[in-house]
Amino acid sequence: MRALTDQEMKTVLDKLANYMSDLKSLIAPLEDGDRYVFRLNHSRVYYVKLSIANLATSVSRDALLSLGTCLGKMTKSGKFRLHITALPIIAAGARHKIWVKDNGAQPFLYGSNVVKAHVGRWSEDCPEHSGCVIYNMADIPLGFGVTARSTAEARRLDPTGIVCFRQADCGEYLRDEDTLFAG
Amino acid sequence: MGVGRRMKKQGPPEPLSEEHFANLKRKKGLPVDDVPAEAPSSKKRRTTAKPEKPSKSNREEKATKDDAASKLAGKQTNGAKTAPGGSANDQKAGKVKPKKAQQPEPESDEEMDDEFGASDLEDASSSGLDGDDFLGSDDSVYDSEQEGGKKKKFVFSDDEDDDEDREEKLTAANIVGLSKKLDERLAREAEENEEELRREALQTNIDGDKPNILGDEGEEDELSSKTKGLLAPDLQMLRTRITETVRVLENFASLAEEGRSRAEYTNQLLKDICAYYGYNEFLAEKLMNLFPPREAFAFFEANESARPVVIRTNTLRTHRRDLAQALINRGVTLEPVGKWSKVGLQVFESNVPLGATPEYLAGHYILQAASSFLPVMALCPQENERVLDMAAAPGGKTTHMAALMKNTGVIFANDPNKARAKGLIGNIHRLGVRNAIVCNYDAREFPKVIGGFDRVLLDAPCSGTGVIAKDPSVKTNRDEKDFLRLPHTQKQLLLAAIDSVNHASKTGGYIVYSTCSVAVEENEQVVAYALSRRPNVKLVETGLPFGKEGFTSYMGKTFHPSLKLTRRYYPHLYNIDGFFVAKFQKIGPTPANAVLANGKKDKSASSATTAGDENEEEVIDKTPIAAEGEEKDKDDFGGFDDEADEEYIQRARRNAMRRRGLDPRALKRGQEKKTGVETKTPSEAAKEKSDEDKPKEKEKDKPKEKKGKGEK
Repeated sequence: MRALTDQEMKTVLDKLANYMSDLKSLIAPLEDGDRYVFRLNHSRVYYVKLSIANLATSVSRDALLSLGTCLGKMTKSGKFRLHITALPIIAAGARHKIWVKDNGAQPFLYGSNVVKAHVGRWSEDCPEHSGCVIYNMADIPLGFGVTARSTAEARRLDPTGIVCFRQADCGEYLRDEDTLFAG
Repeated sequence: MGVGRRMKKQGPPEPLSEEHFANLKRKKGLPVDDVPAEAPSSKKRRTTAKPEKPSKSNREEKATKDDAASKLAGKQTNGAKTAPGGSANDQKAGKVKPKKAQQPEPESDEEMDDEFGASDLEDASSSGLDGDDFLGSDDSVYDSEQEGGKKKKFVFSDDEDDDEDREEKLTAANIVGLSKKLDERLAREAEENEEELRREALQTNIDGDKPNILGDEGEEDELSSKTKGLLAPDLQMLRTRITETVRVLENFASLAEEGRSRAEYTNQLLKDICAYYGYNEFLAEKLMNLFPPREAFAFFEANESARPVVIRTNTLRTHRRDLAQALINRGVTLEPVGKWSKVGLQVFESNVPLGATPEYLAGHYILQAASSFLPVMALCPQENERVLDMAAAPGGKTTHMAALMKNTGVIFANDPNKARAKGLIGNIHRLGVRNAIVCNYDAREFPKVIGGFDRVLLDAPCSGTGVIAKDPSVKTNRDEKDFLRLPHTQKQLLLAAIDSVNHASKTGGYIVYSTCSVAVEENEQVVAYALSRRPNVKLVETGLPFGKEGFTSYMGKTFHPSLKLTRRYYPHLYNIDGFFVAKFQKIGPTPANAVLANGKKDKSASSATTAGDENEEEVIDKTPIAAEGEEKDKDDFGGFDDEADEEYIQRARRNAMRRRGLDPRALKRGQEKKTGVETKTPSEAAKEKSDEDKPKEKEKDKPKEKKGKGEK
């Protein structure tokens, strides 16, 4: 386990900025003096409290499998890929949101893109190709994705048009449980 | 003989006549209301002459006789007693009772019955009647005028009137008394029936009406036993035989056959259980010895059916009420699991797959057996504590602890199996746990990795005899070796758990040991071992609201009395999986010279480290020098022979490494490095060159490389 290098940190934060409006809250110090930090282990980036990260140094590298919340994976070419496990963190500071109707939640969880017919409502002024978080009508975050069209354009779409490309959804916990985590 | 009763008892009784009672009243001297004279009834058959008997004296005699009469006498005897000859008296007496209330109740009932019967007989004999014509108009039909006249004739006797007019005189006044008589008669009959049964039962026991379960002795020859083995068991017969044997064993003194010992019945029961349920004999005997016969049967029966599905609300994300509502809307029938838990929900049936609902995927709940709530409830981790879960996969208990701690503090979730650790990580992330560190150690390595925990949960790997309902293969897979190997591991784990706890913790210092097994070897014995090896721990109350106390003695073995603070759970008692929970508190540091979890004796650094290999790089010097001498004096043991032991230890280590797929020669290399031996064979030098190419992950490779370079 090690801290991220500056380059890696930049990559991660850029990716997160796509979805979140306020990155400072991620690393801001907490009331008890603690703060959240990023750690890298086996090419996976973890978001964890500093106190916990310090305790985890006593675990050897081979034996350490996970700490705190796994945000995603650093690929071999240096790019960063966000996983569904980052959803709670992203949803806490999401910039753009899309709410899907109940008939649309199931297809999304099965892995298809969000279609206009399934959209209940979405936040205004959403530009094209920007990250957004998908909720169901009970305000439960289901996943996140990238908008296909800007809000204005999407209004003109026919019902079968794709509104948002799915990047990650909660159904992956079942579909990809073998590959999602280190092992 | 006359015409039988059957012919007589047809049609409703005659209505009561007010006139009769008016007459009785007049005779007594009571004021009488004006009573209209009754119209002549056509139904009544009158007897012209009735034998008259001195009424009162006979009545009294009858009363005393009946009082003293044995209750066992049947109805017939009573009937016989009141033969037609004496019937008139009885009838008279009976009639008077409601007015006079002198006679005891039973007698009146008897007479009531006989009254009707006898009266019919009388009527028949005297009138020579045709059975069909009971209600028809007949010449011998009673005439009310006649009746009235007859009444006037007899001045002092009520009896005469009674036996003439009884059917007609069922007036309003009469009916209360008559119905009372009827009730009394019925009550008496019921009593007599019961007595008969009791008598018969007694006779049955003595006479040997016992279940015939055991076959004749000496009948088995090889062929018949072979054929019996080949034939499929007749399940119906087996089941009845099992229930019969259990019944006999419960009440052995009275139900056992002559000359048969208890052991024979128990053996028969064992064989039947093995055949019926499919256990191997070893396990069936072990489980049977835990309970009395009827409870054992209930236990085996409960293992055949699945326990109800239970889910645990994740309080980090939602509340039980909201979750229940959401699931009900999806079409799941559920209700709270019981008063003992605030987060459990029991699911009865579901239209949707519970493991795939959006709520599940959002981490609002996890499918978890109800018994698995118990160790975490006993451990009760507080906020901002450092907690260790030694065998955490698949993560139900870890996430429960995180929910109780509200994502504060830190949880070390360890699991020795990497494949299962994947599921553990999955559950941790899905349920939104942020304070967990997942590691992959053999749990016996704690506290060497890190110690000083406030609380430790050890849900030890066990034989699984409590979850046979979930995994029926346990019935056949478990044998003696398992019950030697598993407790050994469990004891080591428990010692490691105890050593990992910080006894001076402000809020904690607790260890919870739990298994999903009901066997004493894995439960009470392991706990007793820990208590004996670690005098600095003691058992404390688990705090669980239900559960049976653990055994303090079992089949000749006795345990410390505090074992009754542990808790046992059975599927046939609480409808949850078989489980065992014990809670320890650490009250002092590990004593000097204690046996550690990895089997080594705790030695000071000053004494010669004979095992000079990498595993003992850090030698914990816990032994105060003065104390060491004292300990040795008390021991009768005579001490270890270190050199001889060393040989065995090395061999065992090499074997262990080979079994795990590691290179045993790495051990040798490590030793040489330590003792500073420089001589190497060419093959070893070549190996070290190849080591250079490998990624420099381990510290020990670096000095080797240097040496290799130097040699070049």
